[in-house]
Amino acid sequence: MKGNEAFAEAAIRAGADGYFGYPITPQSEVMEYLMAEKPHERTGMVVLQAESEVAAINMVYGGAACGKRVLTSSSSPGISLKQEGISYIAGAELPCLILNVVRGGPGLGTIQPSQSDYFQSTKGGGHGDYRMIVLAPSSVQEMADFAGLGFDLAFKYRNPVMVLSDGAIGQMMEKVELEEQRPRFTEEEIIKNTPWATTGKTKNRERNIITSLNLDSAKQEQHNIDLQKKYKLIQEKETRYELINCEDAEYLIVAYGTSARLSQKAVDLLRNQGIKAGLLRPITLFPFPTKAISELADRVKGILTVEMSAGQMVEDVKLAVGCRVKVEHFGRMGGIIPSPAEVVEAMHKKIIGG
Amino acid sequence: MANITKEEIRKPENLVYKKTDLLTDKALSYCPGCGHGTTHRIVMEVLEEMDIQDKTIGIAPVGCSVLAYDFMNIDMQQAAHGRAPALATAIKRLMPEKFVFTYQGDGDLAAIGTAETIHACNRGENIVIIFINNGIYGMTGGQMAPTTLPGMKSSTSPYGRDTHLMGNPLKMTELVAQLPGTIYVTRQSVHTPSNVRKTKKAIRKAFENQKLNKGVSFVEVVSNCNSGWKMTPVQSNKWMEENMFPFYPLGDIKVNTD
Ligand SMILES: Cc1ncc(C[n+]2csc(CCOP(=O)(O)OP(=O)(O)O)c2C)c(N)n1
Ligand code: SF4
Ligand SMILES: [Mg+2]
Repeated sequence: MKGNEAFAEAAIRAGADGYFGYPITPQSEVMEYLMAEKPHERTGMVVLQAESEVAAINMVYGGAACGKRVLTSSSSPGISLKQEGISYIAGAELPCLILNVVRGGPGLGTIQPSQSDYFQSTKGGGHGDYRMIVLAPSSVQEMADFAGLGFDLAFKYRNPVMVLSDGAIGQMMEKVELEEQRPRFTEEEIIKNTPWATTGKTKNRERNIITSLNLDSAKQEQHNIDLQKKYKLIQEKETRYELINCEDAEYLIVAYGTSARLSQKAVDLLRNQGIKAGLLRPITLFPFPTKAISELADRVKGILTVEMSAGQMVEDVKLAVGCRVKVEHFGRMGGIIPSPAEVVEAMHKKIIGG
Repeated sequence: MANITKEEIRKPENLVYKKTDLLTDKALSYCPGCGHGTTHRIVMEVLEEMDIQDKTIGIAPVGCSVLAYDFMNIDMQQAAHGRAPALATAIKRLMPEKFVFTYQGDGDLAAIGTAETIHACNRGENIVIIFINNGIYGMTGGQMAPTTLPGMKSSTSPYGRDTHLMGNPLKMTELVAQLPGTIYVTRQSVHTPSNVRKTKKAIRKAFENQKLNKGVSFVEVVSNCNSGWKMTPVQSNKWMEENMFPFYPLGDIKVNTD
């Protein structure tokens, strides 16, 4: 299956109630797959092509506020448009799933894969102090797995979750194992699981209001303090990463998504040359594996981050490392995927010999 | 009459009018005489009479009525500026058995939210849209709205709306009436008791229409904004009759509910 299709199928199986999207390359297969699958007949899931990404994310807001498992997908220019809605969703503490199959920018950029949306995904993106949980798949299997995981985390923390993929993983074909169909929640279950949801004010409870507005500054500050507490808890509990050949590593690569795949090959090439290289692959970009990187920084001689961007994640790696060892970035932009040989060369030039 | 006590007047058998329980006890934040308050009351009375409080989800806009959820005793969502019809679309599709309505001002519905309004209407979402047209941005201090009349003064058209420079007012209600997805489109007002009665009938019909499952019911309420227009409530109602109604004539525009 293609990565995008695996994500779509996994979303149905995760018991999604609704998908709202707008076509954009390289992720249009998500909605195409959903429309072809007729999830309305399979599970009762609603799939709607909206008039814009702005409308789509606000449909997600409306659905999420009813306690429904709703999602949207897009690619970079569309995600920029969704940022207002994401800020409202974060402010109103609504759970939802957003897939970003990143393409190169800025502007209309290119339809080829890129990782230049790290900033707008992990640092807020829209207005105000908020964070999304960001999951970075590096295989078609993870595209599928992170649909279900994303929903679970979103509901656990009442927070938007972004699956930050890229055009290469979205389009790539791999074998994938899918979870069994989870039943969609009934109205009774929704009322029990998400008692805050707008399901209609019955006599036995106060009305439910979903809003991000607090005209009273003291209340709004308290709301922000509570949000920050939640983000801190997420950092403590939900940080995920993978270590490859790090036990004896002297030189470390930090890379996620497509860059992690080719960096793993680069690690093999470096090891063939007798260089003890290892890879740390962040799986969650927020929360970022700061502690794991910091610990490795005490043991390695230098760190190279590999990103298909001008260097965005490298800032977080540097924050984790401080000045203990050298941290350099290597990347290609504009939709070009670097080769493992280029990564090896960069390791030599920027870290080992530099 | 002179020696009737207050207690006597308040006896249940003497009651002629009672605030609906679907309005909260919170004092309305609107300027005295503003049409928002009256329209809130009518919508809540309709929901009470239809006994659908437990099945209704309302959506507040960005505008003076952003805090509608403080006054309406029902489950409500607050939407980003202009996006209420997108929220309503999802809510109704995910919970078709509920009654869903948006409550929006003219800036919200006819400027920043034009796309969401037109597409929700064109798709024929089975929702109610209540549209408060006061020809101005009340909330932000009286700037020009898409609905501001030609020649009408506002803080961003201080010499009057020059249609060559600033474009023409948008008749959104006539526009959505053209779309196949609307089944009931009407324009009303709430500045006199008889108009209040008509508007209430229209809003009742709009909510009843949701049972038909056939498309959008769209109720415009031409309303005053005495603060934004810099008039007293009485002056503003007179000005509305003389200037707004000729441009925005009251009455049904489309009734396609059979
Ligand atoms: C994205 C965005 N742009 C601008 C604003 C500022 N704003 C708040 S209310 C409003 C105008 C509301 O006017 P209208 O919809 O006519 O409602 P009224 O207050 O007249 O009832 C504007 C421009 C905002 N809150 N969000
Ligand atoms: S500013 Fe205008 S619309 Fe807002 S409450 Fe006052 S009169 Fe009503
Ligand atoms: Mg207005």
